[in-house]
This record gives sequence, structure tokens and C-alpha cells, in this order.
Amino acid sequence: MVENRPILNVMTHLVLMLGVAIVALPIWITFVAATHEEARMLQAPIPLLPGAYFWDNFKETFFGSGLSGSQSAPVWRMLLNSMAMAMMIACGKIAISLISAFAIVYFKFPFRMGFFWMIFITLMLPVEVRILPTFEVVADLGLLNSYWGLSIPLIASATATFMFRQVFLTIPDEMLESARIDGAKPLQFFWDILIPLSRTNIAALFVILFIYGWNQYLWPLLITTDSDMTTIVMSIKQMLEAAEQSPKWNIIMMTALLAMLPPVFVVVGMQKLFVKGLTETDK
Amino acid sequence: MLKRVHFNSSILPYLLVAPQIIITLVFFIWPASQAVYQSFLIEDAFGLSSEFVWFENFEYLFADELYHASFVRTLFFSAAVAFLSMSFALVLAGFADRVVRGATTYRTMLIWPYAVAPVLAGALWVFMFNPTLGIFPYFFEFFGYDWNHYLNGGQAMALVVMAAAWKQVAYNFLFYLAAMQSIPRSIIEAGAIDGARPIRRFWTLIFPLVSPTTFFLLVINAVYAFFDTFGIIHAVTQGGPANSTTILVYKVFNDGFVGLDLGGSAAQSVILMFLVIVMTFIQFRYIENKVEY
Repeated sequence: MVENRPILNVMTHLVLMLGVAIVALPIWITFVAATHEEARMLQAPIPLLPGAYFWDNFKETFFGSGLSGSQSAPVWRMLLNSMAMAMMIACGKIAISLISAFAIVYFKFPFRMGFFWMIFITLMLPVEVRILPTFEVVADLGLLNSYWGLSIPLIASATATFMFRQVFLTIPDEMLESARIDGAKPLQFFWDILIPLSRTNIAALFVILFIYGWNQYLWPLLITTDSDMTTIVMSIKQMLEAAEQSPKWNIIMMTALLAMLPPVFVVVGMQKLFVKGLTETDK
Repeated sequence: MLKRVHFNSSILPYLLVAPQIIITLVFFIWPASQAVYQSFLIEDAFGLSSEFVWFENFEYLFADELYHASFVRTLFFSAAVAFLSMSFALVLAGFADRVVRGATTYRTMLIWPYAVAPVLAGALWVFMFNPTLGIFPYFFEFFGYDWNHYLNGGQAMALVVMAAAWKQVAYNFLFYLAAMQSIPRSIIEAGAIDGARPIRRFWTLIFPLVSPTTFFLLVINAVYAFFDTFGIIHAVTQGGPANSTTILVYKVFNDGFVGLDLGGSAAQSVILMFLVIVMTFIQFRYIENKVEY
């Protein structure tokens, strides 16, 4: 701080607290709604303070089928599906980007730049603009309603490849020279030197990609019709639709809470890595 | 690009790039070329045969009032989301930059909406603004203001803008705070010695110095509002009432999967692809030569 201004200091904290309150309000209301019984959530001013039914709602949501009468899978199963999808997307993206960045930076081979531009192009083709034909490809390959179909079409990544390329370019040439003198083969060099040197970058990227994978919505919506393959993020929409007939807001909001908990936990728990990942990939 | 010291060509580099290239070809380039091809076709009503019609789908789109309206709406939506979330984040970052102790705590409490999926953000906001139960319509009633986003298009738009902006505040805040914290203290101190008060220092020193970040965030927010808000629209309004929140991405989905107008949907995809290419180009140009002033 440059100079001491007591009034401004107090105001600073007041504004920031107000900002935090505005940002947190939707979550607070969700949390409160998840702690009340069903009947209470049907009366017009909905409560603003938590009730006593958190664990009852939790048990009903987690082990039940979310909404009674619907054909959906229990919430624990959806959480498992989401976890599998997010992990596969994050690990898959990191793995294939690491090796392709390694090839592009450390090898001289024909069509090197051609491959590079091909990877670059994927930046310009988000799922949303090619949903129909991609859906057809996945259907033709028989990957509908499977973890492979959920994750593989999303794991090509230009951003991750660029980031690893950037990391590898900052590694001094002497590393390779000395590794060669010691007789290391390319894959040995990759495994024993490059991977350990880019460990924090991998972790930072993992945080970002995990959130990306967990929060996928349109893609799972299209390719899963089997209720056993539903992801938790998708299920919210189905519940909102069902809510028009039988609003069980306590259960819906508990599901929403469970759906946002893992990624929020990752962001808050690994904040340093998250910030690093976000600023380094530059999207 | 290439390391000065590198390995020589063998079969290995091809094997290493193969997984990425195969996935890119099968799930990106092939479908995209299919979309381009389909945009030149018109299918008959039963989906039995299709006819090659050159640019007819595009001509039809460009003449379509609904598409024009959707285009303008998308521009308005992105501008509103970008302005709302960026200005909110700028103010908060400006204050957080002043805080000596506890800045990280505030940061922690402001960044987590980034982790909330768009469709969940939509669900939270639709619950808060539910016309019969929601907390906000309940308060609005005291002022005699009637809220029902299921009937009122303007209110529906306001709701999706708020939900989309809320989710993006975290990202903008993080980048603004990082940019402000990297400004050398000596510049701010020099301003103070010259007698500039905090608000004046903010507008004449800090805000111009973070303008590269502002440009960067403008592009990022535009891309976000164009493509990543599908979940919010789908959960909150489903494009309604009366198409008042049908942005381009939602229209592609709706015409293709619900309306089954394959040629028209593909033509829209192609236009969207063109828009992404333009935005990516701007983004990369910007990253290469930073905005100078």
C-alpha cells in the first residue's frame, strides 16, 4: 500500500465482502435449499437459513434415484460416471499432448509442421460447431453409451500440446547433449528428464482439464441414452424438467451441490496449481 | 520451434504424434468437412434423398429473419456478459490489489464459480428467480415489479446474462488481479507523490497499464459467451420464450437435433466455424504483438 488511508481501507474490505457475498449468494441459497424438507421448499418465501434435513436429503439423493418415479440411475452412479469421464479426458489429453509435443520439439522429420498445423486447427473446431457430424462418427464407431465415446472425441488438445511445447523449448539444450553423452535413447530422455522437469506443469494442466472434463454437458447429453451412463452434470437438466410437475427442490439442489463439489474442491484445494494452469495455457 | 540439438528422423516421431493426429482426423477434421459438405445439401422431408444445392442453404439463412435476429441477439448477449463480468471483476480486483493481508483469502472466495458447470450455474439462477418460489421475485413483488422469465423475453435474457456473467467473474478477476499485481510499485508511488488520489491513480495509471489484459479478456469473454453458454441457455430458458434467448450455438443444436434441418444446421455450423477462426486469429495476433500505447 502506498499511503495510509483508514477510511479507504475500511471501504476496501466492505466492497470486497460485498463482492464475495454477491458471488456466493447462489451457492448459499442452494445449500439452504438442500437442508430443508420437501414441503418447506414449496412455500413462497423460501428459507434463507439452513434447516435440519441435510443428512436425510443427502441419503435420499445419494442412494436413491434422485427423483422418485423417474428411471434415472442413483446419484452415486452418476458421480462415478462423471469421475471416470473427467479422469479419462484429463489423463488422455495430457498423455497424447506430452508425446506429440515431444515429437514436434525434439525430432526433425518430414511433415513435422504439417502435423503441427493439424493440431492447431482443432482450436478452431469446438464441439458446438460440429456436433451433428461428430455424433454420426461416434455412432458409426459404436461408441454411444460408453466411456470411450464420452471421452475420446474430447481428448485431442491443441492448448495442451502448445503448453508442453512451450515448456520443452525452455529446457536448455545441454540437457539433451549430456543425456546423449550418457547414452540415453529418445524415450529414456523423455521419461527420465522431460517428464520430471515438467511435473508442475502437468499437475497444473490436470487441474484445469479435470474441471473441463467434469463440466462437459452438451457432448454427454447427445451420446448417452442409457440412464446408467448419465453424468451428474447432465442429470440436473432432467431434474429441472421433472420439477415442472413435481418440484422436489431440496433433492434437486442437493444434487446440484454434489455435482459442483468435486471441481470446486479441486480449485480451492489446489489453488496455486489452478492459477498457474489457467494463466499458462491462456485458454 | 525445433531444438537446435535434436534427434534424427526415424519411425518414432510418427508413432508419438499418431494418437493425437488420428483423433484429430477422426473426430475433428472429418466431421468438420462433413459439416461443410452437408451445408451444400438439402434433404427431402423424409430424409431419404438429398440434393446438392451449392449455396442455397446459406442464401436461405442470410434471408432468414429469425437467423438475423439470433445473430444480433448473440452479439448483444456476448457484449452484455463481457461488460457485466469484466467491470465487476475489474472493480473487485482494483480493491483486492490494495489489500495487504488477506488478498489470497478474498481470491479463494472469488474464484471458485469458475469450477461450476454452466448448466449448474443455470440451475442455481433459475431457482433463485423461479416466479413462484424464488427469492428475487418475492422481493420484486414488494416494489410492484412482476417477474416471470417464462413469459417475458427481456427478463429471460437478463437472467441468462446474469448467470453467464456470474460464472465468468472468477476468470476475469484472476487475470485482472495478476495484471495489477505485476505493475511496479514505484509507478504507483510516483503517482502518489505527484498528488494523485487513489481513484485518479486507478484511472490514469492502473487501468491503462492493464489494458492488454482487458483486450485479452474481451476476446476470451466473447468466445465464452458464444460457445460455452449452451448449458446455461438449455437449463434456464431453452431458447424461449418466443426465441428471445436463442443464441447461435443454441440454434445450431435446436435446428439440427430437434428440428432435424440437417442442411440448415450444417450451414450455421460453417458460419460459426468461420467466426471461431476469426476470433482465434485475433487472439493469436494479440498474443504475438501485445497492445502498446
